[in-house]
Amino acid sequence: MNINKADIPEIAPTFRFQWEEVQDCYVVLYPEGMVKLSGSAGEIMKRINGEHSVDTIIKDLETTFSENKLEDDVIKFLEVAYDTGWIRNKK
Amino acid sequence: MTPAGLETKSDVKPPLWLLAELTYRCPLQCPYCSNPLEIAKYQNELSTEDWVRVMQQARKMGAAQIGFSGGEPLVRPDLEELVQEARHLGYYTNLITSGVGMDEARIKRLKDAGLDHIQISFQASDEELNNFLGGTKTFQHKKEMARLVKAYEYPMVLNIVIHRKNIDQIRDILEMTVELDADYVELASTQYYGWSRINVDQLLPTRDQLARAEIVAKEYQERMKGKSRIIYVIPDYFENRPKPCMNGWGAIFLTIAPDGTALPCHEAGQLPIDFPNVKEVSVEEAWKDSPGFNHFRGFEWMKEPCRSCDEKEKDFGGCRCQAFMMTGDAANTDPVCDKSPNHQALLDDVERIGKLAEQESMQTTEEKPLVFRNMKNSKKFVAEETETN
Repeated sequence: MNINKADIPEIAPTFRFQWEEVQDCYVVLYPEGMVKLSGSAGEIMKRINGEHSVDTIIKDLETTFSENKLEDDVIKFLEVAYDTGWIRNKK
Repeated sequence: MTPAGLETKSDVKPPLWLLAELTYRCPLQCPYCSNPLEIAKYQNELSTEDWVRVMQQARKMGAAQIGFSGGEPLVRPDLEELVQEARHLGYYTNLITSGVGMDEARIKRLKDAGLDHIQISFQASDEELNNFLGGTKTFQHKKEMARLVKAYEYPMVLNIVIHRKNIDQIRDILEMTVELDADYVELASTQYYGWSRINVDQLLPTRDQLARAEIVAKEYQERMKGKSRIIYVIPDYFENRPKPCMNGWGAIFLTIAPDGTALPCHEAGQLPIDFPNVKEVSVEEAWKDSPGFNHFRGFEWMKEPCRSCDEKEKDFGGCRCQAFMMTGDAANTDPVCDKSPNHQALLDDVERIGKLAEQESMQTTEEKPLVFRNMKNSKKFVAEETETN
């Protein structure tokens, strides 16, 4: 998957992303399964809403966590998320 | 309700999966059904209010997935209401159905109620065998429902229980799942519990059949990569190590039977163990404190060869129900394991059935009829049990 920074990703309708209190983390839910997300993966997924571009998401994360150069990590995670079908580009 | 001397175990992790067996009523009569033989005994189904309470309590503990199952869950007129409540509580809601009792209006109502996913079962890829195995004419209807499930944008799992009567059709079955655009395909090898256990002589595939089917399954897994996930696991009777059944006893799975009995898996009701009922205790008490749920937690209960085995944390000694059915003691090693002293007896049985299948195909022996899963046959089993007790 080649990611363009202008892409606008959204959570695919066949997956659900939500906070799980008891697990104390964000999770992705799908038919008969659940993946627990790490803190940083959760922060990225939380910003995917079919409105923000990849570029906006990266910049927002960098501002929120006062870090720069998050781009590579974010892109790497998004590649996995596209490949597993959790997210897709908004048409 | 906590028995004396048994303290709440704070290290018990919460259930993640709630399997809600809403009813054992079902319009189909599949002879490989994993429901108990005593389905006729379950007359008192939990009420809507009972189920709502159970869902709330399990969700509060941490259960994230709920499966509405049965029997046929569509038989319950309050299904939509239960789905809506489950979704509202934050569960990922799965409907496990034959598709019989469904129509477009109901698919839409369930979507509006927030249902996340529908799994439809097929008995075979051709109409005649499908209808024979299910004991009803349902094939065309199921296909129609599968198309509607996709049209309403549900993720769709097609589940086909595989056994000797349909395994040679595996290519046609997979073609059908491609045509219906399934997101996931479960080629579920029959597990021999309940009704399938009494029909094992007629259902267990031969080694040759399995070898041929595996090649075809692999071909389609490769071909459908990225489009459809195809899951195919061979029956554990042909393995040398047992499955990590339920990921451990009372570890993540919680089943509630139609009458409210709480079980660590949907087969455990057959074990000579007392299990709690959610009409009498809370889900938390049942899960954490009941002797039934604590019976096979941890490793203390194990006998040899499991006790000193370095793989015990991987497979937990296999399936307790299988150990019970084959050896009479649920604490024994699952005979699927080749370290079990009972493994040879299982091999002998598989060989005996293999010979039977061979004679059948040569038509040198008359085939034993399948026992179909229905209330009439169940009543016979219940009556026999009462006589012997």
